[in-house]
Parts: sequence; C-alpha cells; structure tokens
Amino acid sequence: MKRSFLRIAIYAAFILAVSSVIANAGAWSVKDATGRTVEIADTSRIVTIGGAVTEIVYALGFGDQVVAIDLTSTYPAATKAKPSVGYMRALSPEGVLALAPKIVLAIEGSGPPDAVEVLSRASVPFVIVPEGYDEASVLRKVRFIAQALGVAEKGEATAKQIAEDFAVVSALRAKIASRRSAVFVLAVGNGTPTVAGEHTSAEGIFKLAGVENAIRGMTGYKPATPEATLAAAPQAVVTMLERGHGLGADVMFALPAFSGTPAAKDQRLVSVPSYYLTFGPRTAHAAQKLAALIYPELSLPQLPPRPWTEAEPAATR
Amino acid sequence: MTAGDAALSVSWRRCGRTRGILIGCAVLLLIAFVASLAIGPVVIAPEKVISILWDGLFGIRGTSSIDLRDAIIVLDIRLPRTVLAAIVGAALAVAGAILQGVFRNPLADPGLVGISPGAALAAVAWIVFGGFAASYVPRVLLNHALPVAAFFGSLVAIFLLHRLATYEGRTSVANLLFAGIALGALASAGTGLIIFIASDQQLREFTFWTLGSLGGSTWQRVALALPFTSVLLVASFWIARGLDALALGEAEAFHTGVNVERVKRVAIVIVAGGVGAAVAVSGIIGFVGLVVPHLLRLSAGPSHKTLIVGSALLGAALLTASDIFARTVATPAELPIGVVTAFVGAPFFIWLLRRHKRSFG
Repeated sequence: MKRSFLRIAIYAAFILAVSSVIANAGAWSVKDATGRTVEIADTSRIVTIGGAVTEIVYALGFGDQVVAIDLTSTYPAATKAKPSVGYMRALSPEGVLALAPKIVLAIEGSGPPDAVEVLSRASVPFVIVPEGYDEASVLRKVRFIAQALGVAEKGEATAKQIAEDFAVVSALRAKIASRRSAVFVLAVGNGTPTVAGEHTSAEGIFKLAGVENAIRGMTGYKPATPEATLAAAPQAVVTMLERGHGLGADVMFALPAFSGTPAAKDQRLVSVPSYYLTFGPRTAHAAQKLAALIYPELSLPQLPPRPWTEAEPAATR
Repeated sequence: MTAGDAALSVSWRRCGRTRGILIGCAVLLLIAFVASLAIGPVVIAPEKVISILWDGLFGIRGTSSIDLRDAIIVLDIRLPRTVLAAIVGAALAVAGAILQGVFRNPLADPGLVGISPGAALAAVAWIVFGGFAASYVPRVLLNHALPVAAFFGSLVAIFLLHRLATYEGRTSVANLLFAGIALGALASAGTGLIIFIASDQQLREFTFWTLGSLGGSTWQRVALALPFTSVLLVASFWIARGLDALALGEAEAFHTGVNVERVKRVAIVIVAGGVGAAVAVSGIIGFVGLVVPHLLRLSAGPSHKTLIVGSALLGAALLTASDIFARTVATPAELPIGVVTAFVGAPFFIWLLRRHKRSFG
C-alpha cells in the first residue's frame, strides 16, 4: 500500500516534469531594457504600456491579442475599445495582473518603480522596452518587440520599411540649406513657459526634422527664464495641439519671452499632435510633417503611407 | 533724573532705533531694486540699462535688433518683474504681520489659515480641467485664467473661513484657526484628487506653480496686484492701533475702546485681497509672510505701525533679491522662487527658534 503510493507519486512527478518541458518547448526569451532575461511562451493576451509600444504591437499585427493598454496609448483608433490599466507612471500591479495577460510589454520609464518591481517578479513575463528619442531607438524598439512576440522576421521587415522612411527624412534634412531654430513649449502655465531642453523627446523630433533646439544648457522640460528664451532668439515656436487652451499665436507672442523673437516677427507658431513626441513607427512621418511646417517654402519629399499611419489629426500653423 | 525722564529717554532711544531700522530696510529695498534691473541672464551694461530706462520714459526704443532686444528685456521683462516682486513681497510680509497680530500666534501665515490651499485647489482645477472650459472663456481672459482662478480660490477660502468662525456676529479667533486648518486640509484633499487624474505635464505645471514664480510678470499682472496691495497697506495702517490693543487680549482691547470685531473683519478682508492677488500673479511663495514680521518684531519691537511699514519694505527687498537668484542661478532654466525663499527663510527660522526657545515656550 505504502509502496504503491510512492510509485504513484513518482509517476505523477515525472509526468509533471515532462509536461512542463513540452509546454516550454515553444518558449523563447529576450533580454529587456533592465538586462533581465525574460522567458516568453504565449502571446495570446498582451498588455501594452506606452504609446510607442502599443503602436508597434499593432504594426506587427498583434492588435487582436491586445487585452489592455495604458492612457498614453491613443493610437490606432482600435485601441479606444480596449480597457486601460491607467497612467503609465501610476500602474497598479493587481490591476494589470487581473487582466490575466500572458505577456506585458512596458516602455522604459513606466512606474512607479515598486509596481514595476512587483510585476517583474510576478509569474507573467514583464518586458521593459528600451526608450530613446532617435531613429536608431525606433528601429531597436520594433526589433525588440518583434523578438519578444516571437516574430523576429516580421519585425525585421517592418524595421526595414521604417528605415526606408527615415532615409527619406535624412534626404529631406539635406535639402535644408540654413536651419531654423525653434523652442518647444510644453505649457505656458502662470506665464513662465515650460520648454524642452536637451535630451528630450521634443529635441529628438527637432533633430530628425532638421530644426535646431534654441534652448541650450538645460536638460529636460523646465520653466525657462523669459529673458533667456528671448535671448535664444527662436525662429519658430512649437507647441502641443491637444493642450490648446491659451496657446494661440495671439496669446503666445504677447508673452514677453516671445514678443521680441524672430518667431513672433514671422508669426511662426506650429501646433503638433502629441504623437510627434512618441518615438514609434510614425516618427519618420511626424518628422517630415514638422519639417514641412517649419520650412513651408521648401518643397520637401513626401513619405509613402504605411499600414501603421492611418488617418490622424493634422498639425496646424 | 526721575522715572518719567528715564522712560522718556528709553522711548526716544527706541524711536531712533526704529527709524534707523526702517531707513535700513528702505535702503535694502533700493539696492535690491536697482540690482534686479541690472542683473539677469543676459548681460547688459549698467549704463545701457540706465539709458534704456531713460529712453523708455519717453517711449523711445532702440532701432537695431540688439537694442530692441535689450529694451524688451529691461522694460518688458525686468522692470515689471522687479516691480511685481516688490509688490508681492510687501503684500505677503504685511499679510503675515496682520495675521500674526489677529491670531496672536507667531506661526499664522496664509498657508495655515487655508488661503493658499484654496488658491492651489482652484489653480490645479484650472490646469487640469481648463482645457474643457477654454472654448467658453473669452480669448482675452485665457492668458490670465490661471491667476484669476487662483484669486477666486483664495477669496472663496477666506469667505468660508469667516462664515465658519463667526457666530452671532462675533468671530472667534480660535475657531478661525481651526476652521482654517480644516479648510486647508479639505482643499488639499481636493487638490490631491485632481492630481490623481492629472497627466504628467499637468502635474509638472502644477508643481512649479505651487513653488511660485515671477517669470510671468507683465504690466497687466502689476495692474492686477497693485490695487489689492495698496488697499492692504493703507487699511493695515488704519487697524494698526487695534492690532496693538489686541495683543493684550480681546477683552482688554475691547475695554480700551477698540472695535475688536471690526478690526478682525477688516484684517480678514484686506489679507484675503492682498494674498489672493499675490498668489494669483506669482503662485505660492512661502516664508516671506512668516520670517519678515518676526525679524522686525525682534529688532524694532511689537508696535504694528512700525511692523507694517518695516514688513512692507523688508518683504519687498527680500523677494526682489530672491528673484535675482531664481532667474540667474539655473539659466536658461528658472529656479522656483519659493525654493529660494525657503532656503533663505527656513534656516533663519530655525536659528530664531534656537535663540528664543524660551519665549516660544
């Protein structure tokens, strides 16, 4: 009796071990942005965190498997029907796990750190996608996510098309003889404009569009001294479209910080949709559009529409 | 020498000392004012600043682009900014002096009695929800929507405060303090709730707003703040004697013929206007209202007339000087001015505490 029980136990353990090996046979692994190796076996239920991540997952054809997104994911239109796990920097581990995802893809910078820590240790593969604000980062994100989803070849093909778009943008930059400088205004708030300094996504899209960032010697998004902004003499002011309130040309150029700038003289105020700051599959298109707005007198090359660039709000001048 | 002579000589000495301190404060303000016009991230020679100011008096501005830029910097950026710093500094310091007098509490300041939290709630509400309301607000007002919201926030806070603490026509100072703390907590909870749904950018905008800045100074802002500050300064003079009497206690003040209720009412109204306008144009700037009246009370004595004049001068000088730091140390970025005043004010306050640990009980 005793012996037969032991035998059964041994058999059971053996069967369990074998079945887990079989189940893991199709598994693959990626080294994520934190240097952690994450094992992935199943992509049937995906949670995407970060606008760029969501766009890339859809571009790779995994839209139907996405079970939830975050608040910064507003594109493509199909995401509107998906539940949201909240704001990317204020994730709740339980909220994410409650969706029973098989894989979570989160952009680097998602938080808070404690929540990310808990999620990383949970049984669900939690993959942190490396962030970056240039051409190479976009291609890296596409290849990385494709690898995490087990479709490396599809990722390579998509990356190749995006690289072609970037090549056109690079040729476009070559056509700009004298570059204009611009200041990116995130908010005007109490009259002190919060502007983009170095190492920001705004500076990244400026560089791609052949525009100089007028603000130097400051990193991140910070309120800038009006005097210094004026002295930087920007030739254009770029601002966000969605935040509209109080940021029209009449209001903007009435501020002392901008009233004496070349931008005010030419009334060159450009409002762009927020995806211009999201470094994803549409970045090359965004750079081309920004360049066309800053250099309207030049005839710049167009980019071909791609499956991942369906109708979107237009930037305005 | 009789006792009367001795008392007279003491009061004379006190008077001379007081005058000296007030003149000292005025000189400090003058120095800060001139320095604020001359110093900035863009280097402009002092003689050029003077000639720009002189030409500006006659509405003349340079013709070359560099001249034009410097004229904009001096006349449109530094001058309104300096004037506004002086106005806001004076308003905050005098408001602090009055509140400390009314509450007979050395820790009373606009933050404690719920004025600043009320303004903050209104400000964050505009920052987060303003986008929806923007299409219904006239465009002219949009640029000033945040200051106007903050102003009304502080007015509503103090109106509620007064209503809560008044019973049968009498305003209880203790209830005023408790109601202020309760309202402040409630407003902060509301602010927290809105912060919870705010985006990163809105959060950033609000955080910087709560730390104060004079970066948005324009002549319109000066025009907004000046009337309220003027009323505060003039009316505070009018209630100065009443505040002196209140220091003895409410009953004692009443028996010396002071209309205690009226003093409290006037004090609340003028402080609300002055602080509301200051918060509206520059966000929340701490420590000026706390430290400046203290410093003067220690050096020039408790007379409210001296305290009010001195606080106005010294508060203006302190904020003007702090603003020079705020806009130059991190250029092209701007350090929030509340950070500068806290760095100056907090260590000083600690030093005060250590020195007077006995008298604070």
